[in-house]
Amino acid sequence: MNKIKDIKHLLEAREASCVEVTKQFLSASQQENAELNAYISLTEETALKTAAAVDKKQQSGEKLLPLEGIPFVLKDNIATAGLKTTCASRMLENHVPIYDAAVWESLQKQNAVLIGKGNMDEFAMGSTCETSYFGGAKNPQNTDYVAGGSSGGVAAAVAGGLSIFGIGSDTGGSIRQPASFCGIVGLKPTYGAVSRRGLIAYASSFDQIGPLTTCVEDAALVFDAIRGEDPLDMTSRDSSAVSDQLTGDIKGLRIGIAKEYFENLPKDLADSLQQAIALYQSLGAEIVPIEFPMLKYSLPTYYILACAEASSNLGRYDGIRYGYHAEKFSDLEDFVCRTRSEGFGEEVRRRILLGTYVLSAGYFDAYYHKAQLVRNSIKNQFKTIFESCDCLLTPTVPLTAMKSGANLDPVKTYQTDICTVTVNIAGLPAVSIPCGFDSKGLPIGMQLIGNQFSEALILNTALAFERETAEQYIKTPDRGVKL
Amino acid sequence: MSWEMVIGLETHVELSTKTKIFCSCTTKFGGEPNTHCCPVCTGQPGSLPVLNQTVVEYAAKAGLALNCEISLKSIMARKHYVYPDLSKAYQISQFEKPLCEGGYVELSNGKRINLTRIHIEEDAGKLVHQGNTVMIDYNRGGVPLIEIVSEPDIRSAEEATEYLEKLQIIMRAVRVSDCRMQEGSMRCDVNISLRQKGETQFGTRSEIKNLNSFTSVAAAIAYEFERQAELLESGGRVVQETRNFDADTGMTSSMRSKENADDYRYFTDPDIVPVVISQERFETLKNSLPEMPDKKCKRYVEELGIAEADAKLLTKYHKVSAYFEEASKDCENPKTIATFMITQMFSLITTESERENWSPTVTAAQMNELMKLLESGKINRNLTKRVFTQMLESGKPAGDFLSEKDLAGFDDSELEALCRAAVAENPKSVSDYQSGKEKAIKALVGAVMRQSKGRANALEAEEKLKAIIAE
Repeated sequence: MNKIKDIKHLLEAREASCVEVTKQFLSASQQENAELNAYISLTEETALKTAAAVDKKQQSGEKLLPLEGIPFVLKDNIATAGLKTTCASRMLENHVPIYDAAVWESLQKQNAVLIGKGNMDEFAMGSTCETSYFGGAKNPQNTDYVAGGSSGGVAAAVAGGLSIFGIGSDTGGSIRQPASFCGIVGLKPTYGAVSRRGLIAYASSFDQIGPLTTCVEDAALVFDAIRGEDPLDMTSRDSSAVSDQLTGDIKGLRIGIAKEYFENLPKDLADSLQQAIALYQSLGAEIVPIEFPMLKYSLPTYYILACAEASSNLGRYDGIRYGYHAEKFSDLEDFVCRTRSEGFGEEVRRRILLGTYVLSAGYFDAYYHKAQLVRNSIKNQFKTIFESCDCLLTPTVPLTAMKSGANLDPVKTYQTDICTVTVNIAGLPAVSIPCGFDSKGLPIGMQLIGNQFSEALILNTALAFERETAEQYIKTPDRGVKL
Repeated sequence: MSWEMVIGLETHVELSTKTKIFCSCTTKFGGEPNTHCCPVCTGQPGSLPVLNQTVVEYAAKAGLALNCEISLKSIMARKHYVYPDLSKAYQISQFEKPLCEGGYVELSNGKRINLTRIHIEEDAGKLVHQGNTVMIDYNRGGVPLIEIVSEPDIRSAEEATEYLEKLQIIMRAVRVSDCRMQEGSMRCDVNISLRQKGETQFGTRSEIKNLNSFTSVAAAIAYEFERQAELLESGGRVVQETRNFDADTGMTSSMRSKENADDYRYFTDPDIVPVVISQERFETLKNSLPEMPDKKCKRYVEELGIAEADAKLLTKYHKVSAYFEEASKDCENPKTIATFMITQMFSLITTESERENWSPTVTAAQMNELMKLLESGKINRNLTKRVFTQMLESGKPAGDFLSEKDLAGFDDSELEALCRAAVAENPKSVSDYQSGKEKAIKALVGAVMRQSKGRANALEAEEKLKAIIAE
């Protein structure tokens, strides 16, 4: 699959201008979007303007920045001034932000080329991308299947060869799960490692922005370009660069395996993960069996806390200042009710109601407060775990991509987040990388979870696997740009 | 029946920081609607609050001035309610761990009104009604507030207004707020219930929202007292509810009852890290506090011999006491300056806002200069008064109204010459004095003063005259 260094090579060897490359990606994106529905909007004008600037710089002989001239897709919940940012919701169908998100500022400084805004589950709530007001994104590996969610469109664009990298957000697995479904790399950084300013909030204490890429090195490059403390996001923190720490050497690394993550795993997945574990052993890693008894509490904890925060964060959509507003109404209360009932989709309404309930007087202690206590216990359990190992290896999702339009029961869908949500509960970094295919040829993902700010360690562990397997688990799509 | 009223006040005070609590927009009052706004204070999707540390310092100062315990780690929480002027549908406030706890305000009779807590929060915008249209102005949205919650220790409207006045004076003294009720930078909610005198249990209370003047507070309390007493005496019961006060009619009316009360669904704001004040910063803040008005007033009375009423007036406005202290710097008798200020300046500067902004035509330095002339004996009290009046009228320094001769002082030989002349020209007074009419000497002193154009020292002149007559 196309990587950052491939574009870099083209530009630096003057084999193609950035405008030419950009046009290729724009036209492929335009063409394929009819089937994949990866983008909510294409940002042609912005892309070509940036590309022209890159060419000009290139002509002047200046050295290019790491992401300069690289086509990418930005999830549509990240604010781009002057460019529609919809959150895949009718509520923000025509919303044009008046300011730029911090990550978009960083990527503009890099002159990365924005091809379009990526499709997603509405307000990032979903695991299939099918709660999108604009319809779900399809899996480029097999369009009968979903791309996953919530950053499904971003994953589809990258895996479909329509963008070199993508920027997604991950609240309970929304980067890692679609990366796993589409067979690419997805990094969910440590909470606070990337500024959330301009990321339209779903659940503020869980939300984290991160890259989706076709290889581990690209994930490191993109992470380095967007990480860092932002004085305008009080929860952000500084960290050190990771790309120059990647060696691929993992001798002596202690990889923890918690059996709880492997219970009831389909055979294809279990086999692939066992092979991966064996490979790591052969590379000199030590496998440490560990226990994670708190895992069974992670889903209710996550859904209580994330929905509580969502109910608060989404209260502002009342139709008054921006966004969709009801046309017919009797009074102010009716106006707000209708606006919200009409503007939000079913899943968003479900989570707002759930979140409002668990915060209500009389239920707060039984739900929200208790979930906070469990959250602390889970954090502590991870602390203990990282005393005996350096990282955890788990499945990313206990299944491969679902059929499009399967319309699973909401609770059943929530259950598929079991392996990813603990990471967000504890604010840890985790990366999903492809490690096999199931009997239907759909990608299987493996997750590596590290301690806070150990992005370099988990990416290095991922890189060792990627190098050793010589990309046999990466399937170049039969569509998209052929460089 | 004999009822006792039990009152607790919740007072909102706008902090006078230059910028808002979570963004860098100005806090200036007024301005074209929606011009002091940004993505943060209008709650644009994706925007994040950043806590203004000056707000924390101001609030901590307010707490220290009101004798509170300051929490070195406190938590910001979201308080949810839906109203168009609240752009995020939640107000960022404090709930479980406020910045300040405890504390008290001491009334003039020595009674302490205890405080429950003081917490930091953001103000909401404002609805602007124009005919059938309602518009929203978010300029005030995000202006920093502290809410000062008192215990139900207040027993009368007088105590309530004195408590508020004290708060106002103290907040101004520590320079954290201008506390202008008419501009809404100080607002008050009254919780009031009635019980039989001697009863220890509280009755059911009503809460009167958003009172914006001392007179409204007093009138609302008076009205509620009557209303609740009438209800109780006729066998009814008070409903726990929120009420509005109409300043035009002087009446309160029901807004919503407890059954319909908001469920604020407080929880810790995940966007804002805990508010931490280091021990070092705490000490610096504590040491930066000025002398409190009550203490200052006591000092003026006890150490400077100023009458209590005058001392109260001087310490009511921090700019006035600052002026007084600058004007009396290195003076032997500050009381004289206090008298000048009270008798001459306060009679010219009469409105509350003028006094609060205290900027008289005579600067404190000019006043100080004049007083030094008086104390050094270069000019006497009468001349000082005359010159001061001229200074007040013109805003010019003392030197402009004093001739070289005025300032040359009055040497002994000149005084002697004038006294001898007075004795020679007023034989009647001399003989009166000699025959035992002590007061006759005053006529002679008067003559000397007239001749000296007020420059002579009356006491010295009297001594000299007596000596000449005795020759």
